[in-house]
Amino acid sequence: MRAVAALCLVVGLAVPALGWAQEDKPAEFPEKLEIGISTDEIAISSDFRGADLTIFGAIEGYDPSLLAQSKYDIVVALEGPKDNNTVRVKERIFGIWVNRRSMTFELVPESYSLSSTRDVETIAAPPVLNGVGVGIQHIRLSPVGYLGDGSNLTEFRDAFRRLKESGGFYQRDPGGVQFISASLFKATVKLPANVPNGTHVVRAHLFRDGVFIAEKALPLRVMKTGIEQMISNAAYNQSFAYGAFSVMLAVLTGWLASVVFRKD
Amino acid sequence: MTVYLPIAELSVNIFIILGMGAAVGFLSGMFGVGGGFLITPLLIFYNIPPVVAVATGANQVVASSISGALSHFRRGTLDVKLGTVLLVGGLAGATVGIWIFSLLRSLGQLDLVISLLYVVLLGTVGTLMLLESIRALRRAAANQPVSLRRPGQHNWVHRLPLKMRFKKSKIYLSVIPVVGLGFGIGILTSIMGVGGGFIMVPAMIYLLRIPTNVVVGTSLFQIIFVTAYTTVVQATTNYSVDIVLAFILMVAGVIGAQYGVRVGQKLRGEQLRALLALLVLAVGARLAVDLVVTPEDIYSIVSEGVYR
Repeated sequence: MRAVAALCLVVGLAVPALGWAQEDKPAEFPEKLEIGISTDEIAISSDFRGADLTIFGAIEGYDPSLLAQSKYDIVVALEGPKDNNTVRVKERIFGIWVNRRSMTFELVPESYSLSSTRDVETIAAPPVLNGVGVGIQHIRLSPVGYLGDGSNLTEFRDAFRRLKESGGFYQRDPGGVQFISASLFKATVKLPANVPNGTHVVRAHLFRDGVFIAEKALPLRVMKTGIEQMISNAAYNQSFAYGAFSVMLAVLTGWLASVVFRKD
Repeated sequence: MTVYLPIAELSVNIFIILGMGAAVGFLSGMFGVGGGFLITPLLIFYNIPPVVAVATGANQVVASSISGALSHFRRGTLDVKLGTVLLVGGLAGATVGIWIFSLLRSLGQLDLVISLLYVVLLGTVGTLMLLESIRALRRAAANQPVSLRRPGQHNWVHRLPLKMRFKKSKIYLSVIPVVGLGFGIGILTSIMGVGGGFIMVPAMIYLLRIPTNVVVGTSLFQIIFVTAYTTVVQATTNYSVDIVLAFILMVAGVIGAQYGVRVGQKLRGEQLRALLALLVLAVGARLAVDLVVTPEDIYSIVSEGVYR
């Protein structure tokens, strides 16, 4: 508690020195965002059923009067490792459902967990959110090698977001960010049960009255542990040895059975 | 009790997988079939991704064919030379099959093609078996002696060039149909995860006129090597062999097969074959229904896994 008080004191002292004279220059804001997590690596086992990750942060150089009017909004996102994702849609051909059209989105996060002071859509106008790329509705979804007229772009983007949300990969918690003192906040983001292995990024955004003013990112390595992950790593990284071992295991099982159950 | 399948990336009830393996093993022991053509669709019904079901099925067939091949080898009812010629075709077929498999996967048509092939295969095999067992039942009812069909000794196959002498089988046969048969079976192994014995055995007997006593052992010989090869190639190109799933299936399968053999020796064949035929048809029908019924969601996402 003493540390928090000390931090607040420091932050409070910093304000008059910095001032808010640069209001007209959108690129230069006095406010800075600081965040911290207790670890930069989490190990999870295969029976992981989801957990909350708490991130602490502070706004530095804030304007006390704006803070008192709740003009500051914070959005914290945990972005999973990125990969190309293909969305396919089935159509009926001679009575059978067949994948027909598809669209591949370039390097989208496999998982995305969002936590904010209030519903992201009310924090800033859609063009602002699109520009920052924050919010499930505003993540950059750019198609690979796409030359169409854009008529079905919305269809595939909507399907992508819907499937990611229903699968639990994309989550949002409006109200997951809470101020615990004047400028100190606590954000709770959910790690989904099927959280992908790899380097995630915790990205915090600060908005002032609908204007994006500061951002801070921290990497977070999610490492799956246990025998299942060892098997999975072997399958991907030493695939030949893995395949050969699978065959050996089968030969051994079959041979053992013929020895054990031999009648003569 | 649930167990996590690291490659299929889902948790399953271990007893359901054990039950599937044991049931299919039991049937395969009873009827002397490999069982790959039942395991793969059952896994698909249990929400295992078809990519994983097929590759893992091939791995499981290795185990279920080994003990059979060993006993044929001991009894001397295995023609290694003939098996090797079949194998040459089989390995080539499996290589082409894996290429088709990967191509279909990248086009997003793999699941559909696997299901379609199974519907055709199970429908055909099931119908033929059912008709055959009904005929046998009628004959038994009419008290006619069951006569082994013995059609003419030669057909077009025996006029092909590149003949080779297979001493163990006591035949002099062109290698073209043998390699061709192996090739076709190899493609089926890699795309469908089956050993292919249920096609190879009748083809060897009726088309190639290979003596019945060496047919089963020789086909098992080729199946072991082709499925082993397919397992390794699937593991290196599609990363889709789930060793945990395969191991549970093979342990349950080899045990189930032992009991199946014992039960099969005591019971009458015709009714059993009719039952198996109905089961095969039911599995095929279920797959066919899944193709036609409107899916819950017509959209689907696949991650490319390029940065894995």
